[in-house]
Amino acid sequence: MSHQKSFQYADLLSVLERVVDIMSAPDQYSYPSVFIYGHRATGKSHVVLSIMKDLELPHASVDCVECVSSGLLFHQVLSAFFGPDAAALLPRCPSLSDFVRLYKQMSSNSPATQTRYIILDRAERMRDMDFSLLPALLRLQELVNDNVTVILLSEIVWEKFRPNTGCFEPLLFHFPDYSKGKSLVQILSWDHHPSYTPELYASYINILLGVFFSVCRDLRELRHLAVLNFSKFCEPLEKGEAKESDIHKLWKNIEPHLQRAMQTVYLREVSSVQWEQQQMDEKEATTLRVLSAHAHIELPYYSKFLLIAAYLASFNPARTDRRFFLKSHGKIRKTNFLKKHEKTSNHLLGPKPFPLDRLMAIFYSVVDSRVAPTASVFSQISSLVTLQLLSQVGHDDQLDSPKYKCSVSLDFILAISRCVCVCVRLLDLLALSLVIQSQVVRQERSLFTAVSNLHLL
Amino acid sequence: MSEIPLTSSVSKGCFVFKSASKKRKRHVGVGGYLVDDSDENGSDRFRICQKLWETVQTNTEVIQDQLNKKVLDSLAEFIKKHGLGCSSDVWRQRGRETPTAALMLGVNVPDHAMTFRSLCNLLQDSVTPFVVSVHAKECAAVKLLIQKVLEQLMGRGVSVDEEQEDDTALLQRTQCTISALCQWYKTVTKKCTQVFPQRTESLTNSDLPQSLPVVVIFKDFEAFNSQVLQDFILICRWDLCSEMCYSSIKFLPFIFIFGIATSPSAIQHRLPHSVSSLLCIEVFHSLSCTQHLASVFDKLILNSQFPFKLSSRVIQVLVGIFLYHDFSVQNFVKGLQFSMLEHFKSQPLSMLCCQKQEALLSAKTLSKKNVERIRHLPSFMRYVETQEPQEQVRLLTNDEHVKEVCQKLLKNLHKYHKNYYPILQCLHSLTSSLPKFPLGKHIRELHVSCIEKNLWETEEYDSALQLLRILAKDELVVALRKCAEILKSTKILQNVLQQLEDFIGRLEALEGVSSEDSSGNGILSGKMEYQKTDLFQLQKTLLEKESRRTKRMNPFEVLRSQVIEFIDSLVREYLTPAELQPLNEVCYYSSSGVLRQRLNVTPRTSIQAALSHPFYYLQNESLKTDAGTISSAAPDLCIVYKLHLECGRLINLYDWLEAFLTVMSAAEDQDTNSEECGKYDSLKHARFIQAVSEMEFLGFIKSTKQKTDHVARLTWGGC
Repeated sequence: MSHQKSFQYADLLSVLERVVDIMSAPDQYSYPSVFIYGHRATGKSHVVLSIMKDLELPHASVDCVECVSSGLLFHQVLSAFFGPDAAALLPRCPSLSDFVRLYKQMSSNSPATQTRYIILDRAERMRDMDFSLLPALLRLQELVNDNVTVILLSEIVWEKFRPNTGCFEPLLFHFPDYSKGKSLVQILSWDHHPSYTPELYASYINILLGVFFSVCRDLRELRHLAVLNFSKFCEPLEKGEAKESDIHKLWKNIEPHLQRAMQTVYLREVSSVQWEQQQMDEKEATTLRVLSAHAHIELPYYSKFLLIAAYLASFNPARTDRRFFLKSHGKIRKTNFLKKHEKTSNHLLGPKPFPLDRLMAIFYSVVDSRVAPTASVFSQISSLVTLQLLSQVGHDDQLDSPKYKCSVSLDFILAISRCVCVCVRLLDLLALSLVIQSQVVRQERSLFTAVSNLHLL
Repeated sequence: MSEIPLTSSVSKGCFVFKSASKKRKRHVGVGGYLVDDSDENGSDRFRICQKLWETVQTNTEVIQDQLNKKVLDSLAEFIKKHGLGCSSDVWRQRGRETPTAALMLGVNVPDHAMTFRSLCNLLQDSVTPFVVSVHAKECAAVKLLIQKVLEQLMGRGVSVDEEQEDDTALLQRTQCTISALCQWYKTVTKKCTQVFPQRTESLTNSDLPQSLPVVVIFKDFEAFNSQVLQDFILICRWDLCSEMCYSSIKFLPFIFIFGIATSPSAIQHRLPHSVSSLLCIEVFHSLSCTQHLASVFDKLILNSQFPFKLSSRVIQVLVGIFLYHDFSVQNFVKGLQFSMLEHFKSQPLSMLCCQKQEALLSAKTLSKKNVERIRHLPSFMRYVETQEPQEQVRLLTNDEHVKEVCQKLLKNLHKYHKNYYPILQCLHSLTSSLPKFPLGKHIRELHVSCIEKNLWETEEYDSALQLLRILAKDELVVALRKCAEILKSTKILQNVLQQLEDFIGRLEALEGVSSEDSSGNGILSGKMEYQKTDLFQLQKTLLEKESRRTKRMNPFEVLRSQVIEFIDSLVREYLTPAELQPLNEVCYYSSSGVLRQRLNVTPRTSIQAALSHPFYYLQNESLKTDAGTISSAAPDLCIVYKLHLECGRLINLYDWLEAFLTVMSAAEDQDTNSEECGKYDSLKHARFIQAVSEMEFLGFIKSTKQKTDHVARLTWGGC
């Protein structure tokens, strides 16, 4: 892994050399399959496709996300190599053997003078397809007896692919991440603005990377951010407040802006169009409402109570129900009321599934008035499930008492119970059940803030 | 058996034969059901009901359109901005973000359909013909989603230009891929620019290449499988691989609209950063459902033009369903429709429930039966009791006289409604700004309490008047102005309006007087300081001053109490409960119990009622039993159900069977010897097993592995 840390531009070149090496003798049989991996936006597809284009090699490039069935993949490959007429010969639901047969037939008509390449982008999706597809494609050369090479591009390592023993091992290439120092600055500096000097743009890129490099190494995202914020960077220059050499002044101007960008536009809390608009009319200092700011949801009265009941059922052990929801609960000795493992916060463990009966029992004890078990109360549960506020666990028969989980956060529930709470008892209940957990929640929060502070540093 | 059709096949098997088309029973029109001998004007009532329902429908649609206009227009603006204004160059510069509108619709899912329909129409009329809307339940996989999009788009293309018959055949053959869609899009847009050159010019003023956006509407974003969404967004982003796509083979200007019921953060919960970074999201808020309900309420219920009325209980049921259960205006209107149907069906006199002229006309031609029905109306009987004895006799004997009186009463009823609503609005505008809302925040609450009982007898009304009595002058003037506005717009009750304006004028003229008064007070207190301080004296003067102040009000206070008196008199005159109006049964639907039973159903209660009291549904005399006993005449299922109520969580099947047999044998003659009683015959055994499996089917029990020969109860309760 040492090469990742001390990655230099030369490393990429050496990888490229090796890749080109393989493709340099097109009239000879090539290695049957090549596996190229590396993080997102490290230039895998770009490199491969531009080599194909520059050397004018016959190739079929397929995005595996788009191939919802293996038939689509066969279709695209055949039509790229032999034209759409050949692809039309495929039967309705082509199997692998159909493909191989047709490929053989076609390649005997027009044998390959050069190596043909099949490029499969996002190859990790292949694992979800037919289970024999990947091993077969790895040794497609043998199967069809043609000069063909399959190139798989993926973001994950080959170890996660290897289907079973005895499968053909492809040639592995790793595209390392761009290092902060040189390669990213170099690449990002390529699209500098024509009206400013490249040096200025490079220094801008340096500042940008200083802020964003810790959270994002995606080249495309960085480019996007660079384009978005460049006008702000140039503002003092256009106003004549600073010269191009006053790097420090420019830095002071742009740094808080970029920090804000990291919290908003990078997370897509604010769309890039809105971000640009905000830059335009900075004077008004309108604070944009970010996406997560509208977290409040209006719910019907009983839905709120159902959600509260679900939350209580999810995060309280079932043993404690009697104590919390029964008026005349028996005396429980405090010492061993909670078992040891229950003392760890339930919020750390996540919501637990609960049966419908328990939900309804808690619901009836929480609602202050008498509620008839009407159909609409039950239909509200299922609409809460479709709204993803509850989630159903397991897909058993409805008779076998369905189980649910509550999938909303503590803050959400508190907000809801605040607007519903007419009775003090409910608040007590919530408080009681949360008192145990609150301490750990506080710890969690401090942990989160610590983590986000780390990001900022 | 004689009619087995012959086949040419020699083999044995199942063959499908389409039955020779039987002549369907001639469809009887809806009116046919209403022509009943006992019910001479059923079809009239049906006609009136239909007419009313049509007005309800058009009104609700108009309201929805008005309320949604703003958000829909801004959405259309958003799409125009992203679709037409931007050429592909701009998009390339911007990166690879797909413009996305997050449309917040609220949790009232049944209402969304109408919004989406009008959105689709609006977009197709004004922005782009390529609008696709997809539902989560038809798109369980990416494949299906793409297929749906392609079907809707290409199908529409075919319908636009009719000479493309082979296009549909093509769709079946071509693969369902986005690249196929791109091909199609290219050809269609080319054709579009050829066919409508003038339209293109009007749409894009500059010389940018025309690119009509393809709008995909996800109607229920939360219900979509997140993997499907992610894949679809990945496929639709237009630069699949940086280099290749710049050759613009794949260029398709997609725009997404997410219909979101909960909150915008749902997007971030569903999509990972790598996918959400491909979207450029803007949020649009549609109106809240409570606002929507309020305007529907104003238009349909607080409106004297709409003859059909709901009693206070019925309104409470309908609003209760809305607030407690679903927030759906659509369902509220459905409830209104149901109560309308119920009213016109059950109340023969509802033929008088229509516009004034029509009602008077039909009152003139009342049949003998209906006159008799009028005499039996409680409100009419109350009216008769208040009349002179002579008049009472005439009313009870002379049909013609009843008809005349009936016309007069109908006129009064219409007049009552005409006056009622403006005064109600006035009172609401006066009291809605008071702290703690003693008479309710919404006008519907005030309306309910007004038609239910004498408002002026309630405590809330008293406290509201108390609060009104301490209003400052400017507040009072503003509130009165509002009332005057309301009365002006209705153009009735001119004398009330006159008096109101008179009050306003007097209040404003009061300016100088009150200030003078306060300065007088100041002088008085100034004088006091010169006097020698004597505690007793001081106390005395202070008390005196206090009493004088309470006794002698300043002119503003006098006027204010006059105003309040005036308002009180208005309330007492016009806001009388509807039940006291003679002939109110004609217009008011009041059986809230039926409504609750029908709209807010409790399936479990009815199943339990059926099982524990089979007489309730079967109406068989032999099934009548005392509570607590188990009759053997009841169906097996009922017996088994009652026996199982006596058990705990686990039920021993054998004991259950024994008990069942005991009950069964109780029915037979007691003299059968005990030996036979103990043994059970296979018929009874089979009946028992069948009943138990029916219980399982109904969800009362299930089989369990905890104990052999036991089943588990799924319901609570019992002993």
